[in-house]
Amino acid sequence: MSTLNSLTLTRIPAEDEALRAEVRAYLAEAVRDMPAHVRARSWGGYDAEFSRALGRKGWLGITLPKEYGGAGRSPFARYVLVEEFLNFGAPVGSHWIADRQSGPLILKYGTEAQKQFYLPRICQGEAFFCIGMSEPNAGSDLASVKSCAVPNEQGFVLNGQKIWTTNAHHCHYMIALVRTSGETADRHKGLSQVIVDMSLPGITVRPITDLSGDRHFCEVFFDNVQLPPDTLIGQEGGGWEQVTAELAFERSGPERLFSSIVLFDEWLAFVRTEAGRTPEALRLAGKVFTQLAPLRAMSVAVQEKLTRGESPIVEAALVKDLGTTVEQLIPAAIADDLFSRDSENIPLELLLTLNYVTEVAPSFSLRGGTRDILRGMIARGLGLR
Amino acid sequence: MSMDELFSDAARQLLDDQCTPKHVRVIEAGGSPQALWRFIEDAGFADALVPEAEDGAGLSLAQVFSVIELCGSYALPVPLAETMLARALLAQAGAARPAGSLALAQGLRTADGGLLCDIVRLGRVADAVLVASESGWCVLPVVQATATPAAFCLDAGLQWSGAQVAAALVADVQLPAGCDLRTLQACLVAAQLSGALSAVFQRTLQYANERNQFGRPIGKFQAIQHQLAVMSEHVFGARMAAQLGCSGNGVLPARLRVAVAKARASEAALVVAELSHSIHGAIGFTEEYDLQLLTRRLHAWRQTAGSESYWQSVAGACLVDQHQGLTLDLIRHTTDPL
Repeated sequence: MSTLNSLTLTRIPAEDEALRAEVRAYLAEAVRDMPAHVRARSWGGYDAEFSRALGRKGWLGITLPKEYGGAGRSPFARYVLVEEFLNFGAPVGSHWIADRQSGPLILKYGTEAQKQFYLPRICQGEAFFCIGMSEPNAGSDLASVKSCAVPNEQGFVLNGQKIWTTNAHHCHYMIALVRTSGETADRHKGLSQVIVDMSLPGITVRPITDLSGDRHFCEVFFDNVQLPPDTLIGQEGGGWEQVTAELAFERSGPERLFSSIVLFDEWLAFVRTEAGRTPEALRLAGKVFTQLAPLRAMSVAVQEKLTRGESPIVEAALVKDLGTTVEQLIPAAIADDLFSRDSENIPLELLLTLNYVTEVAPSFSLRGGTRDILRGMIARGLGLR
Repeated sequence: MSMDELFSDAARQLLDDQCTPKHVRVIEAGGSPQALWRFIEDAGFADALVPEAEDGAGLSLAQVFSVIELCGSYALPVPLAETMLARALLAQAGAARPAGSLALAQGLRTADGGLLCDIVRLGRVADAVLVASESGWCVLPVVQATATPAAFCLDAGLQWSGAQVAAALVADVQLPAGCDLRTLQACLVAAQLSGALSAVFQRTLQYANERNQFGRPIGKFQAIQHQLAVMSEHVFGARMAAQLGCSGNGVLPARLRVAVAKARASEAALVVAELSHSIHGAIGFTEEYDLQLLTRRLHAWRQTAGSESYWQSVAGACLVDQHQGLTLDLIRHTTDPL
């Protein structure tokens, strides 16, 4: 069976689906007073107190084992939570990375001491993580990272620079991909992942203001930062394999379908009014819906493969590229719909939301691997490379 | 191996032998479809959805999804998918099931009590037609009809007189309320599109690996690779949508799921047809090269039972007028297995 016909309709297990009502009731209350253009920030929205409250509810690190503070639930339990968080536009940015990938990474590759130390903090919303991958000269070509951690008597000395690190200025820890041996020319060999305590001396974090005025991504400078011996996570030299596996997990989730959903729902509320309802708007609503629905079925089917321990890397890339295409269609098409009308009597909140999503939409197909990188991966999966 | 896998494997073998590109060309050129239909009938495929108590295989629409896809990927020039569904509906209604293949069509009552079907898909190669009109459903034989040509070579416009309608093969078929012909047809066509999309993609991928220019296979060029990646995304997405259209335990598809299926598959049809021809260059544009058997159908099926805009409007009306709150909930309702 080829990749392209490998997915079948899959049901989220009932015990995981059962979480939905409770989390929804909680979110409806929690975001009640947040305007749509703020909720539209979704997993870019930063609210440490909100994350800690979710931690108290037991909704952070829900897939981690109970002995480390998690709930030992299936990945589908997290899938249901995330689907609700994103569709309500809950500000989940502060714990997002820790919950989605750092926790599972530490569970998989960490020593017992590392698991004991980090995982309970992640589950309580007390340890926020960022990912140190990109560098000024290592973007899509990630293997050319130059930051290096050189062993010394106290552990490792870290020098170098990371960039585009989301929420580095708010995070307690970074999991960074750095060179621990060899030269840049060695490419994938000699790269390792290290956990960096962001409060250590020698670290400078400078937020970069994005085009919408938000400050979420940062430059991070390492100047002779002394890291302890247990800074390594996983194998010395195994960084590339670890990072690749990590990326597969972050490409097919609900966050690749629903980045514009708050805007879409806000627009639908307008289309449901007498002033907003036009045949063209109905058709556009259906165009988005008929693209999102199969994508959601695909995302759930890929999740099921991941849950069974498969590694559907190409399927995940296909879902992400299709998903981000719809995410980018939504603001573009809604703008055209709203300003194809004679009347410009459009609710301001809808326009603010549209404006925000329009501005940030380019990032949807950059983060987690650009469109062109994904298409290259798909081509490789098709046997063309 | 499950019942549906056995079925689709058997169908593939039969079509490999009896529905080659040569067979398709002969029938498209006006040759008789009877020999091909006889093989299909004798193998029992046409009764796949008929209940076991009535000597059918008792399968659900979801279980014959792969077989309907094969009808698409082999450009089958007889209405197997339509006959499977029509016979199941007739059985469900307790009506007689006439021998031979059945097309599906919407008809208009004429002044003399006759029926006019502007376009009967595969009307030129079917034995009879299950016609839906404002006065109910009936089965009429093609041989009696006054036929007019249609744009696609296997289709036809068909008209029956009042006397012929009065003597219908099966009259006054009682189908479940809300059973809408266009929905049924769109469901089947979306699944056939899925099969044809997949076949066009595989053929194009193979061509890109074999065709050499500038000293290497054209599939080694990044521009071609990205076009193939885009094609694969559409094939992948349309297939899941078409599966949704055929999901469920019975033989009646759900209208909103069909809207998703046909809208998505029709969108994909256009993109995949365009890119496949772009990658093939001039050879793909010839009669003798088999690509055209499939890409002409991608366009024909996109134009059958509602294009993407028709079904987008259906889905949009449902989302806007019949739903409140999060879009997610209607998406869940539409994508969770029934």
